[in-house]
Amino acid sequence: MHNGKNNRLLLILTIATLAIAGFYILYQLNFDILFYQLPSRVNRVVTMLIVGIAIAVSTVIFQTITKNRILTPSIMGLDSVYLFIQTIIVFIVGTSSPLLTNDFVNYLVSMLGLVVFTVLVFKYLFRLTGNHVFLLLLIGIILGTFFNSLSTFMQMLINPDDFLILQNSMFASFNAINDSLIWITGAIVLLMLIIVLRDFHSLDVIALGRDHAINLGINYDRKVSQLLLIIAVLVSVSTALVGPIMFLGLLVVNLAHEMFKTFKHRYLLLGSTLIAVITLLLGQMLTQYVFNQAVEISVIINLVGGVYFIILMLKESRR
Amino acid sequence: MIDLKGISKIYGQKKVVNDVSVSIAKGKVTSFIGPNGAGKSTLLSMITRLLDQDSGEVLLEGKNILQAPSDALAKKIAILKQSNHMDLKITVRELISFGRFPYSKGRLNERDHEIIDEAISYMELEEFEDRYIDELSGGQRQRVYIAMTIAQDTEYIFLDEPLNNLDMKHSVQIMQILRRLVRERNKTIIIVIHDINFASCYSDNIVAMKDGKVAISGKKDDVIKKEILEDIYEMDINIECIYGQQICVYFDEHEDASVDDFIEDQVRA
Repeated sequence: MHNGKNNRLLLILTIATLAIAGFYILYQLNFDILFYQLPSRVNRVVTMLIVGIAIAVSTVIFQTITKNRILTPSIMGLDSVYLFIQTIIVFIVGTSSPLLTNDFVNYLVSMLGLVVFTVLVFKYLFRLTGNHVFLLLLIGIILGTFFNSLSTFMQMLINPDDFLILQNSMFASFNAINDSLIWITGAIVLLMLIIVLRDFHSLDVIALGRDHAINLGINYDRKVSQLLLIIAVLVSVSTALVGPIMFLGLLVVNLAHEMFKTFKHRYLLLGSTLIAVITLLLGQMLTQYVFNQAVEISVIINLVGGVYFIILMLKESRR
Repeated sequence: MIDLKGISKIYGQKKVVNDVSVSIAKGKVTSFIGPNGAGKSTLLSMITRLLDQDSGEVLLEGKNILQAPSDALAKKIAILKQSNHMDLKITVRELISFGRFPYSKGRLNERDHEIIDEAISYMELEEFEDRYIDELSGGQRQRVYIAMTIAQDTEYIFLDEPLNNLDMKHSVQIMQILRRLVRERNKTIIIVIHDINFASCYSDNIVAMKDGKVAISGKKDDVIKKEILEDIYEMDINIECIYGQQICVYFDEHEDASVDDFIEDQVRA
């Protein structure tokens, strides 16, 4: 019934995304440094696309599994583990170590750390908790707090110069991303996206809840643990690439719900991905052109997202 | 035919379902009755693979259901649980369409749409078809879920308290539809039900449970008996034959005078 309207919305969002991306790439293009500027901007747009997909898709799936619209995968403690990995590198081997200075090595170490953490937590604990998603999430919160505290503790001990360098990895940034990392991450995210899209109908069924899903023939426990792993991989690679930026997921998925007013994952997945890319592009333009790199993009997104949430809550409470 | 062999479920120390062995005949309406906490719903969840049993096995036409693939099973048995809260922005028709998921995997064909239309008219939901689920009353919503189960078109249909939230008219309507499904399409229907008169009037067989065990199971006339029901529910129950149906009368014969005093006190105050 609403499919026509929603298809139009998707089309509009796609055109808007392309237009904004085009504008970003071409705006104030300096022909003297064209061969430097153009690839660098295209790289950034590609990075934003990859991160946008990763964040939006993982958040949509996560909210479907938990049947909760104000949760993001960051509750599984992945952001904290990422920060912990960065902090412990600085703490033990110092800021001049290739573990921190070499993008490639740092990416690999972060990604491996995150994936090992999630596989351990999810594969092992999922069985141990008798497949209870919420028990698993509670453990995730506790572990997240634990790693956060450890990081804070070590940050107190390192010298202030090291801390300043460490601070760079606390905020997501799309500046100066290593080319080959973009392609590696892109390949992984694309693979995950294909796995998800091949079977997006069963996401619709999972949204009905466990009992209905099993009744309709979904192998629920296996499917959910598979989806949780996909989420973990998506969050891990995007965090390892640009840094923690999970609040974006909350913002864009809720915007997608507001706009599409549907339960269908075809629209939610594509819609929130497009909104995520648009948000990142606008945020990046603000940091680059308005604030002249004085403000990090994640700060802007958190600000806008926070304001949006307050508005959303006021609106809901008035109903 | 479904055979339960020594099914048990233990929560902590308590055996919620304790060594239940019972057979459910094909092509009949079988009601599970019994007081709250007798383990009826838990048993139903285990028969339909929503819950793992701690011991015993469920045989569906001779085969253990846990060994059958879940998607094949979804074409054989359908289960509707009693609490169905949903926050999704989903219309009545879209929800009923999910009943076709085991067949179509989300891509509905002509035949699927016919069956969905049929289920909608079976439950008299035409006027609500395009409304969102959260705009409906509890009873309407219950009918939508039952329509979804009908659209699933399985040989076995399990309903956990299907009359919840329904008024008398719709309760009777649903029970008649269930009888019709048995009569016209040879479905096997298994319900958990609290109203023993509905169980008495509309079932073929009744399984009465108490404290996690089967107290008695058999044809309804063998179960709807004064001594048996009084023993199960631990209260006075009289059975009267009205229009050829066994009707249980379980209200106090004598009014409690203290209630009147209490009301008078309230009025005076």
